[in-house]
Amino acid sequence: MADYDVAIVGGGLLGSAFGWGLARAGARCVVFDEGDNAIRTARGNFGLVWVQGKGQNMPAYASWSLRASRLWGDFATELCEATGINLQYVKGGYDIAADEQELEQTIAGLKKIQAQMGGAAYDFEVLDHKVLKSEIPLVGNIPGATYTEHDGHCNPLLLLRALHQDMQAKGALYRPNCPVASVNPLSGGSYQLLDRSGNVLATAGKVIVSAGHGSRRLNEPLGIDLPIRADQGQVLVTEKVAPVMKHASSSVRQTDNGSFLLGPSSKDVGHDTRTDLKTLAAIASRCITIFPFLGSLRLQRAWGALRVMTPDGNPVYQQSEAHPGVFSFACHSGVTLAAVHAFEVASWVTDGVIPAEFGVFHPRRFNV
Amino acid sequence: MFRRGQEIANPVRFKFNGQTITSEDGDTIAAALLAAGVTHFRTAPEDASNRGPLCMIGNCFECLVDIKGKGSRQACRERVVEGMSVRSHPGLVVPKAQP
Repeated sequence: MADYDVAIVGGGLLGSAFGWGLARAGARCVVFDEGDNAIRTARGNFGLVWVQGKGQNMPAYASWSLRASRLWGDFATELCEATGINLQYVKGGYDIAADEQELEQTIAGLKKIQAQMGGAAYDFEVLDHKVLKSEIPLVGNIPGATYTEHDGHCNPLLLLRALHQDMQAKGALYRPNCPVASVNPLSGGSYQLLDRSGNVLATAGKVIVSAGHGSRRLNEPLGIDLPIRADQGQVLVTEKVAPVMKHASSSVRQTDNGSFLLGPSSKDVGHDTRTDLKTLAAIASRCITIFPFLGSLRLQRAWGALRVMTPDGNPVYQQSEAHPGVFSFACHSGVTLAAVHAFEVASWVTDGVIPAEFGVFHPRRFNV
Repeated sequence: MFRRGQEIANPVRFKFNGQTITSEDGDTIAAALLAAGVTHFRTAPEDASNRGPLCMIGNCFECLVDIKGKGSRQACRERVVEGMSVRSHPGLVVPKAQP
């Protein structure tokens, strides 16, 4: 008999949500995590629980994000009650346009998704400058924003900590500094996880490969295709000021401790997390157009992090056909989708079946 | 707690919360205050605790002060200037809309 029902490779936001969800459902599971020299996508997150604009080219991703956002409140409450860690989750978010063209594009994109989804469920408001200014007096002379209750923000580092803490309280084994080098199928249908020296780390009935940028290396010997690349994003952090903005916007949010986080950016530079002045200046300039007062704040730090990006930007959920019981999951929405990963995807794994409606997330879509 | 290894050779005088501090030319504000026996640079807005320099290399932001004419600055990254006026950081400033 295998040591575990499920072994999870990757202790970031995906692996931790699966580990928590599985432990919560009573499965025996182990989560293997690399050390701090790994690409730590989950440590560089902006912290948005976000629906707006996602899934323009795949309605299933829009409804999936919406479902996650509807579950987020219960998810945050349950984690807080179990751990005492307040995730600082605040519902409601703006996509603020820096100019007319941006606003038109945002509205057109949202209307497109709304039409694909049949209307009512995907609601959003368009706020003109005057209304937006009455809600956030610090906005500059910009045309307006879209707003929806489905968006929000949280502290992503506390989310990760709460998941790690509570999955262990619920019986999962968390093994940091323990890189998995390969997954080896056994004759009885279970799997061995091996380290670099070929030592057996664990045996498990099922395996989830959710190791972010490390997933391809584990998948290839098993014949599992995972077309992902690194999409670099940079974030600026200002000094702390009094709370003036409760709700997040997609590019500016004020954290619980008073700092403003400014983003986003998107660059294809391989596995390079270094910031550069040109990108940071572009982020700052756009954010100052939206909120001129930001220009008077001191910056405290900046960082770069690497999104796990698929060719169409939508998640990948797949089970190997050659090796049933090996699942490979990847996406860039680790915070937003954490609620569905914990509450729903974890049970796909215990059931051994990805429900048919989620077949659209298989990477075979890239091979047509 | 701290004392200077050498006597002050080129004195520079500045004010901290109204008190005159004499320092060596080239000192950072943080070094000058510590050498003068000041460890309480600011009061933390989150829990009202007394804060002062922790890292002295620009990372921790514990040494924040308010320099007249310049605003919020890290004391470990600013040199003393004759006659400058420095105050404890005022905590969470309310940002104002700009015209």
